Amino acid sequence: MHGLRLAFNYLRIGILNEFQYRANLYIQILQTFIALGTGLIGLNLVFSQTSQLGGWDRTELLAVMGVFILMGGIIRAAIQPNMQRLMEEIQEGMLDYALTKPADAQLLISVREFRLWQLVDVVTGLIVLGVALAQLNWSIGVWAVLGFFSALVMGAVLIYCFWLMITSTAFWFIRVDEIANLFEGLYAAGRWPVGIYPNWLRFALTFLIPVAFAVTVPAEALTGRLNFQTWLGALALTVALFIASRALLKFGLRSYSGASA
Amino acid sequence: MKRYFDYYRSAMKLSVLEQWQYPVANYFYMVGMIAEPVIYLVVWSAVANQQGGMVGGYTPGAFAAYYIVWTLVRNMNITFTPYGWEHRIRNGRLSTSLMRPIHPLNWDIAYFMGWKVVVIFLWLPLAFGLSLVFKPELNPTLLEGVVFFFAIWLAFLVRTLMLFLLGMVTFWTTRVSALFELFFAAELILSGRLVPLALMPVWVQELAWFFPFRWTFGFPIEALIGQMSTGDLFIGLGMQLVWILFGVLVVNIVWKFAVRRFSAVGG
Repeated sequence: MHGLRLAFNYLRIGILNEFQYRANLYIQILQTFIALGTGLIGLNLVFSQTSQLGGWDRTELLAVMGVFILMGGIIRAAIQPNMQRLMEEIQEGMLDYALTKPADAQLLISVREFRLWQLVDVVTGLIVLGVALAQLNWSIGVWAVLGFFSALVMGAVLIYCFWLMITSTAFWFIRVDEIANLFEGLYAAGRWPVGIYPNWLRFALTFLIPVAFAVTVPAEALTGRLNFQTWLGALALTVALFIASRALLKFGLRSYSGASA
Repeated sequence: MKRYFDYYRSAMKLSVLEQWQYPVANYFYMVGMIAEPVIYLVVWSAVANQQGGMVGGYTPGAFAAYYIVWTLVRNMNITFTPYGWEHRIRNGRLSTSLMRPIHPLNWDIAYFMGWKVVVIFLWLPLAFGLSLVFKPELNPTLLEGVVFFFAIWLAFLVRTLMLFLLGMVTFWTTRVSALFELFFAAELILSGRLVPLALMPVWVQELAWFFPFRWTFGFPIEALIGQMSTGDLFIGLGMQLVWILFGVLVVNIVWKFAVRRFSAVGG
């Protein structure tokens, strides 16, 4: 309970902070539109040559793109800024400030930053998803919606765990600031359903970088492709990765010696 | 002349030494970058296979060649970004380089040229791995190889000059990220980075002639994978030289006005 209140307070401060820079909202809107535009151009180029890709047609892939944009917004609003701050503080030896506070270290380092304007992507993703679903003439079933939201939450947690594990390597490798770039590159693979990738890459995108669970699986839930086994698999992986990432962080913290105090 | 030569040699050596210390960071960066062409490659190979083995004149093997060469060209395209410029000007760092008796552009060019040497070295095993997986159809002639070698370095110069020019906008206003984003979006579409230009609608291909983008990206790739006639190869190199001349000229003119507007914050 205490943890929740703490997280909520940080969220409030983050939002207040963002309100100081309102012009950034317009810049964010423009960036989102540019990204959406190039995404749609890519989709149109592919479907000017073919009518379906790996068993998904144009509208269904639009739904995948909607989830991709939505999840990207969540990542850049709440996950990535925290992890990048953690990375910088490990590098500069300033993590002591967080570690000496009387709260769970993992909780604290995970809630300190929040980029409100990135939620423009969340809204845009939802709109794209809505347009796609309208075109699919899709009737909303309770299970599909539940599957979608639960898959979305698990996907976000998985991405968070993945980021945390990668960030924890900064305890040993020090300069890992290129990781944001690495992640963005790999996350871009989620624009397409993982089914179209060769086996080795599909495996990597499912278990190493959980892009498949973050984007494809929620989209599968909405387009009636998700079966119960996959859902259970996602749940199991989420739990496993959460435990593993927490352990890795704890292990990394042991080899951390501050430089600021 | 000798002064410049020594300067470049020292700056390149410095950056080689500096970048060699961070192979992990450099590799993270490169692997992240390789994800992008691999995605395009897989998607377009799937499309080609569905269309009976070829789309827009490209077979899966030709796509593999295109996107593997892409990775090197993309690396050669990396240079000091306009965002870095924004940073430099905002925190007043620029004043140090203004004190030097040599145009600061030289440092950027030399430093990144040195970095390129490291990057090409690190790129080789990645290219080898990608070739094993995707089996590119790549049989360049000697001429194509030579043109490619010059084209990638000229491409680096063209892009450096263009981004330098774009970065200089920050002398007048520091809220330019929107402008940069537009520039990069146009580049993505018109350069051949997203897809080979041959797959674009004809009007986009014609439009691309009037921008520097295709000469920094699509041209070197197409030169090596054998998509161009001998005449086109030399036209391409010529266009690169034209853009370099244009870039040097405009950078010098704008620079004169720009530095007058600069007032440093600290040194």
